[in-house]
Amino acid sequence: MTVTDKTAPESRAMTRPHAATRPGLRDRLARWDVKVSPYLYVAPFFIVFAIVGMFPLLYTAYVSLFSWKAGDDNPDFIGLDNFKELFADTQFWHALENTVSIFLLSSVPQLIIAVLLAAVLTLRLRGATSWRVGILLPYAASLVALGIIFANLFGPRYGLVNGVLQTLGLSPVDWQANRFASHIAIAIMVNWRWTGYNALIVLAAMQAIPKELHEAALIDGAGTVRRFTHVTLPLLKPTLIFVTITSTIGGLQIFTEPKLFDAMPGSNNGGSTHQFQTVTLYLYQTAFENFNLGYASAIAWVLFLIIVVIALINYFVTGRLAGRRR
Amino acid sequence: MTSKGLTTVTTFRKGLVLALGITMTAVSAAACGGGDGDVPAAAGPNEHVELTLATFTEFGYEALIPEYERLHPNIKITHRKTGQGGPYAQDMMTKLAAGSGLADVQAVEEGHLSDILSKSSKFNDLSKIGPSSAQPDRWLSWKYDAGKDKNGKLIGYGTDIGPLAMCYRKDLLAAAGLPSDPEAVKPLFATWDSYFAAGAQYTAKTGKAWFDSAAQNFNSMVNQLPVGYLDTNDKLTLDTNQGIKDAWAKVTDAVAKGESAKLTAFSNEWNSGFKQSAFATKACPAWMLGVIKEQAGPDNASKWAVTAAFPGGGGNWGGSYLTVPTQSKHPREAAELAAWLTAPEQQIKAFEAKGNFPSQAKALESPQLLNATDAYFGGAKIGELFAEQAKKVAKPQYKGPNDGQIQENVASPALQSVEQGASAADGWQRLVDGAKKLTR
Repeated sequence: MTVTDKTAPESRAMTRPHAATRPGLRDRLARWDVKVSPYLYVAPFFIVFAIVGMFPLLYTAYVSLFSWKAGDDNPDFIGLDNFKELFADTQFWHALENTVSIFLLSSVPQLIIAVLLAAVLTLRLRGATSWRVGILLPYAASLVALGIIFANLFGPRYGLVNGVLQTLGLSPVDWQANRFASHIAIAIMVNWRWTGYNALIVLAAMQAIPKELHEAALIDGAGTVRRFTHVTLPLLKPTLIFVTITSTIGGLQIFTEPKLFDAMPGSNNGGSTHQFQTVTLYLYQTAFENFNLGYASAIAWVLFLIIVVIALINYFVTGRLAGRRR
Repeated sequence: MTSKGLTTVTTFRKGLVLALGITMTAVSAAACGGGDGDVPAAAGPNEHVELTLATFTEFGYEALIPEYERLHPNIKITHRKTGQGGPYAQDMMTKLAAGSGLADVQAVEEGHLSDILSKSSKFNDLSKIGPSSAQPDRWLSWKYDAGKDKNGKLIGYGTDIGPLAMCYRKDLLAAAGLPSDPEAVKPLFATWDSYFAAGAQYTAKTGKAWFDSAAQNFNSMVNQLPVGYLDTNDKLTLDTNQGIKDAWAKVTDAVAKGESAKLTAFSNEWNSGFKQSAFATKACPAWMLGVIKEQAGPDNASKWAVTAAFPGGGGNWGGSYLTVPTQSKHPREAAELAAWLTAPEQQIKAFEAKGNFPSQAKALESPQLLNATDAYFGGAKIGELFAEQAKKVAKPQYKGPNDGQIQENVASPALQSVEQGASAADGWQRLVDGAKKLTR
């Protein structure tokens, strides 16, 4: 019985006219190819993203609903209590203020200097390549090494910066103790590392600007400064948007520099009164020093949403500016 | 429950544990592998067993591991060494939470012990599964007792300790007109009051700092109290603990008088401070001698001295334990290895290799230890001196969960803020608020 059952469809297939099946199958395969293949080609990215990007994101959201201490066998479900607590947590708001302050102190001068550096590098210089490689060197150096060197330079008693200030007759600054001073010191570390990197991106965009536009402006009698503000800058807009958004995301996640800047080795406190504790540092301390995983997940999600909102604001503001010009 | 009731229960449990321990060892010695519930049975003598041992910084076990393998041909040991204690502890807690990845024998630093003790269900009771050679009298009693959880379960075998003595700059004290000979200087370091008073005198005369940082002294003072940040019910004591309040008042008063060099321990500035002679005295656990030698450098050789005195009696700072997590597949073999490594003979070898000061009663009487001297510290008999200090340590203070974090992340920064100009009252409020937040 089973044998006949099995053979029956096969024999039916065999009896189909040969000529009719082949183009049909090919046709169908071709249609599938057009429809499905593109998805197959991009699938690896989405599968990997789902595993390493989406899953942690959703799992973090899940964990944030629990009072979850590392090693707990049965964490308690507490709903949105972690978030309620977070919004009333002065240390979190303090850390957010620090983060925004450090971000503004670093990103704004950084982008201005990067554009100016790029403008200088487009000039005919002797050994142009070595200058260009030179500005990328701080980026290539190890961040941890830089952090340790800068923390040494900004030492309150035996640091080089205070030594120089004192020889100039100025009073020394306790870089770790003073909130604003610590933000400036950290911003200097960030700028040291990222300005050259951003300058190279801007430089690439500058060199893509057609020479004819500059020549036309030159014929119209525009000077160097006018050509820079009226030709170069408007055409740099897409690049500047990109650079602004990436440095926003990086700036709001700043972690290594403030961590290494603390006088207490390995500390996540961000100074004795959290003068320079950033949100990421607070998140790290909550999760991996105090092992309060539920609360840390709540911080992570709030930080994520803040970054998304600021990135969107960035996008719309810069888009609006670009649109008006066009 | 009254404290008396608790003690009775503990004593009863102790007896029970001891009885169980003896039975267990008898069973495992017969190698027929009878286990108690979830603890896997011991492997046969010819069965091949692979053990992992995780340590941080220097334990001095490099030569001991091949020796153990020679004595036990069926056992192969993989030694995982980590550089720094901080990342090591973090990694350990993560693996403990994940439920896998820990070594069969996992070293734990004293400062992180309270976190482990509050999760004692994830560790084997060494008094049950360990060999009979590892009896309580092997260790100094305070070291042994500190390795037990609230219910008397023994989580770790003690390795080394950090008995506290006082290190000081002979030349700086002499220049300020203070006694500087190791015997003559002892009265200055008798109590915290005499210590801070001498500091006030030194600072008034020279205008220089007496000690490196407030937190270093405050931590020692709190550790000397019968009750620390948390009581045995894991409740925060800060509102009622007069001892801590007094310690805070004394330390911040000394800061106000300019006695602190305001250098955070182990920071770059602190390292420079040794070379710049920024302070005259330093709380000195046994292992600190090596740190001073390295940081102060040959230029300051024999300017530093050490004496067998510490304000407020004695104290301990640092030292480790060897634990056997329940994750281990071979807990009995692991416990045997841990017991062998913490035997007096082996700890003396570790002391000779890396200077880790042993916690075993017999090791402290060994001539190798008692005759050890240090030329950098004027040829002081450091072995004898620290053995003497180790015996002065009182019974261990109960350390509840988060105790280490309160000390490291709340108390020390709060004192640092006072050194940076905040008022003592503001600093205290910071300590209370921070500790409350952590233990909530």
